[in-house]
Amino acid sequence: MNAAELTDSLTEAWDALLHTPLFGVALTLAVAVLSRRLWLAARQTALLTPVLVTIVLVAAFLALTGIDYETYMIGGSYLTFLLGPATVALAVPLYRAGPDIRKLLLPVAVGVTVGSLTAMVSAVLIVRAMGGDAALAATFAPKSATTPIAMAVADAGGGIVSLAAVLPVLTGVLGAVFAPWVLDRLRVRDPRVRGLAIGVSSHGIGTARALAEGPKTGAFSALAMACSGVLTALLAPLVLAMTG
Amino acid sequence: MIEGLLILLLCQLAGTLAADTLHLPIPGAVLGMLLLLGLLAWRRPAEDAPVMTASHHLLQHLPLLFVPAGVGVVAVLGLIGEHRALMLVGFVVPWLLGLVVTAGVAAPLARRLTDKEDAR
Repeated sequence: MNAAELTDSLTEAWDALLHTPLFGVALTLAVAVLSRRLWLAARQTALLTPVLVTIVLVAAFLALTGIDYETYMIGGSYLTFLLGPATVALAVPLYRAGPDIRKLLLPVAVGVTVGSLTAMVSAVLIVRAMGGDAALAATFAPKSATTPIAMAVADAGGGIVSLAAVLPVLTGVLGAVFAPWVLDRLRVRDPRVRGLAIGVSSHGIGTARALAEGPKTGAFSALAMACSGVLTALLAPLVLAMTG
Repeated sequence: MIEGLLILLLCQLAGTLAADTLHLPIPGAVLGMLLLLGLLAWRRPAEDAPVMTASHHLLQHLPLLFVPAGVGVVAVLGLIGEHRALMLVGFVVPWLLGLVVTAGVAAPLARRLTDKEDAR
């Protein structure tokens, strides 16, 4: 085999490989390892939160190489699939924090209800005040909930479903990067309260960040995420009807 | 590990089946989480039980699992560009309010309950 034949054969093999799950999974893991090292080297700067850097670098790699999102998702969907069992697994930190949660039922119930309603109502009011129509309001209202809930609510309210699928991810990344920083500035030190606030405002990706802070913060964040998700699903149609 | 993963998947399966059958607007995985919570409270497994270990390993890598969805967001950034001002204000402000109000409401309540306990 001469050099040209070898190059051809390599290109062919690479093209075939791109369309196997191996590519998306390996790319994501490689970039994740790199991002984590970068974050540690930068003394854990919030702006370099690994999940954010990984997303940006993978997207940049795809853009530069011209590989489309669908091709990446052949492998990426394996990681997304694991989100299901991982969400179920959040029951474990919740169970461990059971005694703590039982002691704090009132702050949990009041905090989650008031916090979720605030996020939802303010989103609708701001969108309407800035000239957004009812469809846009229905899209923004459930953005603090987890993606499937946000999509269902937006769909039922006549919102833009594709945008509704995206907003919770952005909200979560915002939370993963800035929520601990904001809570530090406000001198909120109680891990239980930090968890509640992160879970209500920044759902899954925020909860992943909260778990990194500690098991108690993670448990309260998981609890807040589940409760505010259910509340959003139930109350968003009411909020939209009242402000529409 | 496999046994633990199976338990997680079966809970998700049951949750999804319930959500779809009853047309609930709640994801099956969230119902599955509540189901597993009930099972844990009932069976009280040891810390090294398969379901505990499997959960621990999965949750350690939770941020990684959000990456493909996040990359998808970058792919539709054009949609966001149309609503740039709205995105910035309508997206950041409610997030901040949700975060701050939850902490502001829960913190004094939590402190009072904890102080009462310390006084006892």
